[in-house]
Amino acid sequence: MTDQYQSKLVIPEAPFRPGDKPDYSFMSLPSPNESIKPDCMADPAEMKDLAYGMVRVLDDDQHAQGAWDPQLSIEKLQAALEYMVKTRIYDDRMFRMQRQGKLSFYIKCLGEEAIAVGQAMALQFGDMLFSTYRQQGLLFVRDRGLVDMMCSCLSNSKDNQKGRQLPTLYSWKEGNYFSVSGNLATQFSQAVGWAMASAYKGEDHIASAWVGEGSSAEADVYHALLFSAAYRAPVLLNVVNNQWAISTPQNMASGGTTFAARGLGFNLPSIRVDGNDLLAVYAVTEWAAKRARSGGGPTFIELFTYRAEAHSSSDDPNAYRAKDEWQSWPLGDPVERLKIHLIERQQWSEEQQEELEANLTKKISQAWKEAESFGTLEDGPHWPLESMFDDVFKDIPPHLRRQRRKLEM
Amino acid sequence: MADANTQDKREIPYVMAINEGVHQIMQELDDTFLLGEDVAGVGGVFGTYRGVLDKFGPERAIDTPISEKGIVGLAVGAAATGLRPMVDIMFMDFLGVCMDEITNQMAKMRYMFGGAATLPITVMTMGGAGMSMAAQHSQSLEAWLIHLPGLKVVMPSTPYDAKGLLIAAVKDDNPVIVIFNKLSLGIKGEVPEESYEVPLGKARIAREGTDLTIVALGRMVYEALNAAEQLAELGINTEIVDPRTLQPFDTDTVIQSVKKTHKAMVVHEAVRFGGMGGEIAAQIQELAFDYLDAPVARIGAPFSPVPFNPGLEQAYMPNAEKIVAQAKELLDR
Ligand SMILES: Cc1ncc(C[n+]2csc(CCOP(=O)(O)OP(=O)(O)O)c2C)c(N)n1
Repeated sequence: MTDQYQSKLVIPEAPFRPGDKPDYSFMSLPSPNESIKPDCMADPAEMKDLAYGMVRVLDDDQHAQGAWDPQLSIEKLQAALEYMVKTRIYDDRMFRMQRQGKLSFYIKCLGEEAIAVGQAMALQFGDMLFSTYRQQGLLFVRDRGLVDMMCSCLSNSKDNQKGRQLPTLYSWKEGNYFSVSGNLATQFSQAVGWAMASAYKGEDHIASAWVGEGSSAEADVYHALLFSAAYRAPVLLNVVNNQWAISTPQNMASGGTTFAARGLGFNLPSIRVDGNDLLAVYAVTEWAAKRARSGGGPTFIELFTYRAEAHSSSDDPNAYRAKDEWQSWPLGDPVERLKIHLIERQQWSEEQQEELEANLTKKISQAWKEAESFGTLEDGPHWPLESMFDDVFKDIPPHLRRQRRKLEM
Repeated sequence: MADANTQDKREIPYVMAINEGVHQIMQELDDTFLLGEDVAGVGGVFGTYRGVLDKFGPERAIDTPISEKGIVGLAVGAAATGLRPMVDIMFMDFLGVCMDEITNQMAKMRYMFGGAATLPITVMTMGGAGMSMAAQHSQSLEAWLIHLPGLKVVMPSTPYDAKGLLIAAVKDDNPVIVIFNKLSLGIKGEVPEESYEVPLGKARIAREGTDLTIVALGRMVYEALNAAEQLAELGINTEIVDPRTLQPFDTDTVIQSVKKTHKAMVVHEAVRFGGMGGEIAAQIQELAFDYLDAPVARIGAPFSPVPFNPGLEQAYMPNAEKIVAQAKELLDR
């Protein structure tokens, strides 16, 4: 071996593990005034900085600042707050139901509510959503019925997925919400295909897909980047960087740079945005949607946030990450931030907030009772046994018919 | 310390047996390393790798990015240098993502290299239904794997076999896929404390009998044992063969049993159509046709994906009740 031989195996490590005191002072957070806002049809080469910076609108005092301020009406801002609070209270209720044994599994999106809510509000109803299990806010913005969502988690007689899918992996064709996959990242390429078909048919609908930063390691994500770039598909490709993939830190998948930077190699506009800032999320999504609808093709977006809860009801984050990480998270709590923004503008108050929370809690409680009237997980009723053979194929072939008859006996 | 007597009879759960096997083989062979999603930091989402990071350090217990194809590809490359990668694919369903590396690379590389490559890779994965994990986290896909020349496939049913087959798999110089069962993780059984091997390619008689042979795969061994108790009350004495290794398959043990009982049934959790049961039934009729009193019976899942709802899932899965019903039909002939 020569003296020059110096290769060495490096194993990425989490910034903090149990027992450490989280300290994010190493993270540089640009102010809202630092990000330029290019024309939505600009050449990606002119906006490379956006992949390494961070688009923000709300400053540290929660005042709206800078070029990206989407100038939303007060009604829209209040609606956004309501959707976010609804998501949070719904999650909380469902998680408790899981703890009481009334659901077998649940996934919360605590701390990430601004992403799904802000993005759904900036998109149109006809746009197809290729969600993961952690964007339930998309459904609230599209006004999916609470009872329907709960019945899906309960897998009872009113479950539109017919007892076939895990809780939170919703499916809602009428709401243009693509069925969530249990195997990660597959939706990315599918969204590109959907968007290409939409362009081919001359429709003005676009697609938007989400993937976790951990899952962005799957090859599907690179296929989607390349195909969307090659065919200029009208699609938004979103990576939700919530810092953790179950127990694995984001730097395992980042290669030491931002996730947004990955889009640059495919010549895509690539933007990193403060995912806990509803206004910034809205603004970036609105920009990318306009670009897609105007023939500008795909945009790659990294939404920078923090997963405040366990990965799912099945793991205990205290086993792998430091306590108080969320409390130390420099980008705060998206609900609090929007609330303070509105209060500062004298368009909201703590009393209104309390009233909103109380109302939503009551609504969600009522919905739960109604949902349980269609069946519980333990006692049913669930979909009939013979329904197992429906939808395997479009028409039931003879050998399945025989199996169904046997089951009925 | 417990005395030698009680130590012999030590019972531990399946999950602990896997864990102990991983620890012992990594201790014994320092060219081994563990790699996969969430295997180091939390010791595996099922707890099978607890303590491995602490004991062997981050260079031998490696958390990976979420890319099953990347993981298996890495293992192939590292194995070609002489190392012994122990790969975890969290759920068997995710084999879909890395099937090209398994089918076209790992399984065939020795052959395509004219015998010049040795790939001592162990892929550990978790199969099976019964935990309400729905169609994409509950499958039994062993039929995909047994069909690939070059690949060994094992499916341990007991804690004893989980540890012993795993250790044998890691020591084997061929790529081996070890299919554990998630519903069995808590099942307790006798497991010696020291390291031992259960030889690949050798079946085990899980219960001796004279009237009927049931070949049961993986967790179905327990359902068959339960069924055998019920059948015993009807005066039917069932023999149960647990193949333990699916590839290479121990045909002799099965044939010997069938020649004794004259009746055979195969039970697996996988979809019946195109499952391993068809292969076993075909071998029985080829090699013991003249001994058979009735056609070989097969039990498997219906030809539909695994449902989520626990009520539907229970109806979907093969169980002791279905085995008893089918056995009665078989013996009535
Ligand atoms: C193909 C595939 N590999 C692995 C898994 C297991 N798994 C489910 S969620 C998850 C972590 C995903 O993390 P990330 O993408 O960061 O999203 P987050 O859960 O943090 O929102 C893993 C490894 C899976 N479901 N599918």
